[in-house]
Amino acid sequence: MIPANFNYHKVTSVKEAIALSTELGEEAKYMSGGHSLLPMMKLRFATPEHIIDISKIEGLSYIKEDGDMLKIGAMTTQTEMEHNDLLKENYPIMGDAIWLTADPSVRNVGTLGGNIAHGDAANDQPALMLAMRATVVAEGADGTKSIPIDEFFHGFYMTALEPSDVLTEIQIPKAKKGSGGAYVKIERKVGDYATAGVAVHVELDDNGVCQQIGIGLTNVSAVPMRLERGEEVLRGQTITDELIAQVGKIASEDCEPESDLRGSEAYKRSVVDTITKRMLNKALERARQ
Amino acid sequence: MGKHNVTMTINGESVTAEVDSRLLLVHFIRENLDLTGTHIGCDTSNCGACTIMLDGKSIKSCTYLTVRADGANITTIEGVAAEGTNSHLQQAFHDQHGLHCGFCTPGMIIRSMDLLKTNPNPTEEEIRWGISGNLCRCTGYNNIVKSVQQAATEMAKEKEASV
Ligand SMILES: Cc1cc2nc3c(=O)[nH]c(=O)nc-3n(C[C@H](O)[C@H](O)[C@H](O)COP(=O)(O)OP(=O)(O)OC[C@H]3O[C@@H](n4cnc5c(N)ncnc54)[C@H](O)[C@@H]3O)c2cc1C
Ligand code: FES
Ligand code: FES
Repeated sequence: MIPANFNYHKVTSVKEAIALSTELGEEAKYMSGGHSLLPMMKLRFATPEHIIDISKIEGLSYIKEDGDMLKIGAMTTQTEMEHNDLLKENYPIMGDAIWLTADPSVRNVGTLGGNIAHGDAANDQPALMLAMRATVVAEGADGTKSIPIDEFFHGFYMTALEPSDVLTEIQIPKAKKGSGGAYVKIERKVGDYATAGVAVHVELDDNGVCQQIGIGLTNVSAVPMRLERGEEVLRGQTITDELIAQVGKIASEDCEPESDLRGSEAYKRSVVDTITKRMLNKALERARQ
Repeated sequence: MGKHNVTMTINGESVTAEVDSRLLLVHFIRENLDLTGTHIGCDTSNCGACTIMLDGKSIKSCTYLTVRADGANITTIEGVAAEGTNSHLQQAFHDQHGLHCGFCTPGMIIRSMDLLKTNPNPTEEEIRWGISGNLCRCTGYNNIVKSVQQAATEMAKEKEASV
């Protein structure tokens, strides 16, 4: 399979990328790792006239804590995240997800920024970002913007980014004492997109009361989904098995899966119920450590 | 539409060519350079038959544009050992019967090189996850795992001897 013809442009700075994209207009697409975009171009689901290669821009590949934020550069590959000591130590939810994302050779190329900017509810990172209440930082023709994750996903492959915006950084509130997160997805085989996935991030106070909770769902709705009704049940409460069971049930009711090759709608709802409970327990266990 | 000059190092030799924007790296390697050890299995980034080493990382060359490899250092199966010799991984696949038809083998070996570089002493589970993007329709994987284990042992011995 060969993509339709296009013009290829390589840029070396964010400024250059924005200027070129503005000049070329809507028919231009950025390519970072290319591991979501190029497969779509090979299938001719995407036929951009221009590809602007942003992977050679330097300085957008980093993982650091800065003030009360964890900051990850958009061009950081999933392999770099997998082997990063800070993430391994303090953000085990990232390891959970990356281990289950694609396969090692794909992760060598695919970037965090691309995984989010693609706007695909089947990708794994969006659910984590919802759970951890990330902020997406982008540069555009009119300067820098910070977009809360709840305002980022607009629809199937549609996000808050303007065509010429370059996603530069992901910011996540820094892990603190009493916080913990966990992610799992059920997949038919290694490397497959999720049949369903659940990310949980919880913050407990010294008395074990839930101060903050984030629950994000993968691939059971058109847009990456926050389980708001479930979060409301838990916030401000001491989380018990009964409450966990209740949230599992809510998750199975509120998700919007479609029957497809990965399973029937009923099966997926049942999977979501089970893995929501599992991830709540796992996140709590980590928060209590 | 869109011709580009690219220069890259492949198996230690510098190669310059004029290529179309849309030329996939696997086609460049197989058709322009006649290095047919890199295979095409699925053409959809799933099977790993097309795996090559690009700047020290295993990648699927069916999902990579040749123009993006400008300036890169590439190793294909033809370049993993000097002519007439075997690398530890190649020898181990031979000794352990890590292949039947051999279609997946070049990709398996390149992927395993990257795996053993980041994790020189992997557990069986880490090997199985490490090669999870490379499909084999023949061996049932058990002998591939043994091959990688043998190579890891041999490489560790060699490293020890050199200290
Ligand atoms: C076989 C296979 C299996 C996979 N399995 C999974 C999986 O299980 N889970 C999963 O989450 N993902 C999976 N992926 C996708 C993979 O993780 C992608 O690499 C990732 O989603 C996209 O990152 P990228 O850098 O390759 O993005 P690209 O393909 O380069 O870009 C994707 C989209 O985002 C835009 N974009 C990219 N970067 C930026 C930026 N900095 N600013 C603005 N726009 C940008 C592009 O214009 C494009 O529209 C799989 C891919 C393959 C090939
Ligand atoms: S041919 Fe590239 S992954 Fe199968
Ligand atoms: S040996 Fe035949 S596909 Fe692996």
